[in-house]
Amino acid sequence: MSATSYTIVNLPDQRTATIPKRNYLNNEDGLLSWLFTGDHKRIAILYLISITFFFFIGGAFAGLIRLELLTPQPDLVASDTYNKFFSMHGIVMIFLFLVPSVPATLGNFLIPIMLGAKDLAFPKVNLLSWYLYWIGGLFTLAALVLGGVDTGWTFTTPLSTHYLNTHVVTAATGVFIIGFSSIFTGLNFIVTIHRMRAPGMTWFRMPLFCWSNYAASILMVLGTPVLAITLVLVALERLVGIGVFDPTKGGDPLLFQHLFWFYSHPAVYIMILPGMGVISEVISTFSRKRVFGYTAVAFSSVAIALFGFFVWAHHMFIMGVSNYSALVFSLLTMLVAVPSAIKIFNWAFTLQKGSITFETPMLYAFGFLGLFTIGGMTGVFLGALGMDIHLTETYFIVAHFHFVMVGGMLMAFLAGIHFWWPKMTGRMYPESLSKLAAVTTFIGFNLTFLPQFILGYLGMPRRYHAYPPEFQVLNVLSTAGATVLGVGYMLPLLYLGWSLKYGAIAGNNPWQATGLEWQIQSPPLTENFIETPVVDHEAYDYEWLAHKTAQEVTTVG
Amino acid sequence: MHISPVLWQFLVKWLNASALFPREASTIAPYADALYFFLLLITVIGLTLVGLLVFGFSIRYRKEKHPEAIQVEGSTLLEATWTIIPLALFLIVFVWGALLYFRIYNPPTNAMNIYVVGKQWMWKAEHPGGQHEINALHVPTGRPVQLTMISQDVFHSFSIPDFRVKREVIPGRYSTVWFQATTPGTYHIFCTQYCGTNHSAMIGEVTVLSPDDYDKWTQESTSGMSLAQNGERLFASMGCNACHSGSAAARGPNLAGVYGSKLQLASGSQVLVNDAYLRDSILNPSQHITAGYAPIMPTYQGQISEDGLIDLVEYIKAMQSNYRVQQTLTTSQSNETAPTTPGVVKP
Repeated sequence: MSATSYTIVNLPDQRTATIPKRNYLNNEDGLLSWLFTGDHKRIAILYLISITFFFFIGGAFAGLIRLELLTPQPDLVASDTYNKFFSMHGIVMIFLFLVPSVPATLGNFLIPIMLGAKDLAFPKVNLLSWYLYWIGGLFTLAALVLGGVDTGWTFTTPLSTHYLNTHVVTAATGVFIIGFSSIFTGLNFIVTIHRMRAPGMTWFRMPLFCWSNYAASILMVLGTPVLAITLVLVALERLVGIGVFDPTKGGDPLLFQHLFWFYSHPAVYIMILPGMGVISEVISTFSRKRVFGYTAVAFSSVAIALFGFFVWAHHMFIMGVSNYSALVFSLLTMLVAVPSAIKIFNWAFTLQKGSITFETPMLYAFGFLGLFTIGGMTGVFLGALGMDIHLTETYFIVAHFHFVMVGGMLMAFLAGIHFWWPKMTGRMYPESLSKLAAVTTFIGFNLTFLPQFILGYLGMPRRYHAYPPEFQVLNVLSTAGATVLGVGYMLPLLYLGWSLKYGAIAGNNPWQATGLEWQIQSPPLTENFIETPVVDHEAYDYEWLAHKTAQEVTTVG
Repeated sequence: MHISPVLWQFLVKWLNASALFPREASTIAPYADALYFFLLLITVIGLTLVGLLVFGFSIRYRKEKHPEAIQVEGSTLLEATWTIIPLALFLIVFVWGALLYFRIYNPPTNAMNIYVVGKQWMWKAEHPGGQHEINALHVPTGRPVQLTMISQDVFHSFSIPDFRVKREVIPGRYSTVWFQATTPGTYHIFCTQYCGTNHSAMIGEVTVLSPDDYDKWTQESTSGMSLAQNGERLFASMGCNACHSGSAAARGPNLAGVYGSKLQLASGSQVLVNDAYLRDSILNPSQHITAGYAPIMPTYQGQISEDGLIDLVEYIKAMQSNYRVQQTLTTSQSNETAPTTPGVVKP
């Protein structure tokens, strides 16, 4: 197995390919056929459009925040307005973009195809979850239009329950409803992966993208209800004053912190795990190698999901948890960092002895490796008890989680979108522009968030509308970086849109990748497969692919 | 510090001048910075390693150089290596961080105590001698200072970056933090927990004085009444002495010398009487019935501000004999009303 290799010869000419006459996009016409579709691919497209919309709303708030922070004085907007900006930025980006991004778009589109199934287990539930996403999204938008909410995305009591007169309950209702969308998506994935794999598709022949989405689904199904309960309690406390979190009524404000972080720490893994799946697929394809230590990578996803439930109190080291529970949670936090480290090295060693090309998805994946390593290592700073005291609640935290979630997750999302774009639309995007966008994003990202680590160690608190003047230089750098980053995000929107009409025809398998999704037409048929495939090889088996291609060439020739 | 102190001093001086590094103004700061540099070091090494692997393999195995991939299954030895080495490093960081945590959060027993009340949007410091400061704190060098903090409304967080200390200030419970300042000067106090509209304006200044200057400051800014004296007035005006008179027939337990002792409760459990217990038994008396007494004390929830509670606690702390209670009794009967504490607890 280890030393043999095959050359792929005489590939069918991609340029002569055409968009298949019949595919999932043109199978039925009219808006209603989309709004009532049960097709997982169409729902994925609906999600893609929706989350892109919310991403740019969240991004606009990010831009306003950085613009305000250009000067130390509170000169662009009033403090209440600024507080609403960062609250909406957080709520929209986390609940309406990061959590659903990869699972709801790429996961929805790809998981059934990767497993050799015709659809997800519950197509109607899948559509329902998209509607719930929008209902929740509309509540959030309503909170915004009615005058905003200034709790921050964390809805911390007693601030949110007793001291704010903004639309807290409206926003919380939005997040509550979006939570159900997330639960349904997770449930659908779990059942589909358990029950609907094609003959021969064993657990250890599954692509790692399925493994990581499976792990994230477990977190969605088990974690999200706790968030829902917490938000209900916040709303009840605010509306009728039940006093669960109110110390003057015998309640405990720290209880809110425990409940909230019990979901919101695992939520970080809900966001990042599916992105890790994308990275496995992309790095394997463009180095033409099976993922180094497939089993370790698969199990590390599950390990992250399980450990992820036992580290929540590391958000509370300075809040007076007992010294001993602080010790336990710090230790567990260190342990959860290990599977991530394992993955990084496995990806790096996947490149070894490969035959590497540098298409756009690969550039994004490389960006992911660098940024996620920094994001992960700075997480160790925060997991270390004594260090956390100085760093927490400062810009160090802001930089850290943006490195993980934007540097990691968003790079992975863009890698995935570029990688599967030809499969989803049947067309290629302009190569040099997309590479320019990847490089711009990477540079802009680092310029935005690296100065924030230094700001954090200097002590600049997060969520500050105005700050002491000595912090200005680094803030100006950060705002400059955000401008570059903004350009980096606008570019794909433009050229991907352009490619829908003018992009070159992609053909079925433009990257010569091994996944089942690349063995069917682009864009796929509504029913994915004409006959149920039988899987007789592992994921990332490039020898099998070379054989298959050689046979096809012979038959055609 | 395990590196040469001379080298360390030189490094710190250079870093302080570079404006990319906070000043080291407490005894804790050098310890925090040592761990910071260790973490920075392993981050840079890790990142360099990943970078070298990715770029090295990318150059060595790019398609032009290496047109055919050679499939590799994996390697148990390599994978064990990159599991065990990070695990070992992270465990070192864990132990180091834990030692630092205990250093930062366990105050020495000889620390002087200052109370801090956080409220939207100011820091109010109360020295035992009765000095009050808003958004300011004066402390001497060379003496451990413990802050006993509580919030009157929402979560706040008390942070002095140049001291490398921070602690959440929580409604409904006391939290503490301590430091020993080393260098006279003024340093920022930030509120680092988002607390509403003027969160970013909740900034104070800690002024570190030499012990002599600090004594001078204490004498100049005294209000004439210590916290305990304020508490005594309050104790009288709230009528506490009617029950806690210290006599054998009193309806409430004797409070003299109770602070710091172990108390037997009616429920059978024992508690240590500290600031938090005293505060709690004033606000929720029915949950803390002392053995041998009837549960008749009413709650004072909403009737005393956090400042007032601090005064009462300081008074009870300082109460060494019943003589003071008798004095209070006399004072309260002398028709002189005690000053009411400013501010009322928000609902």
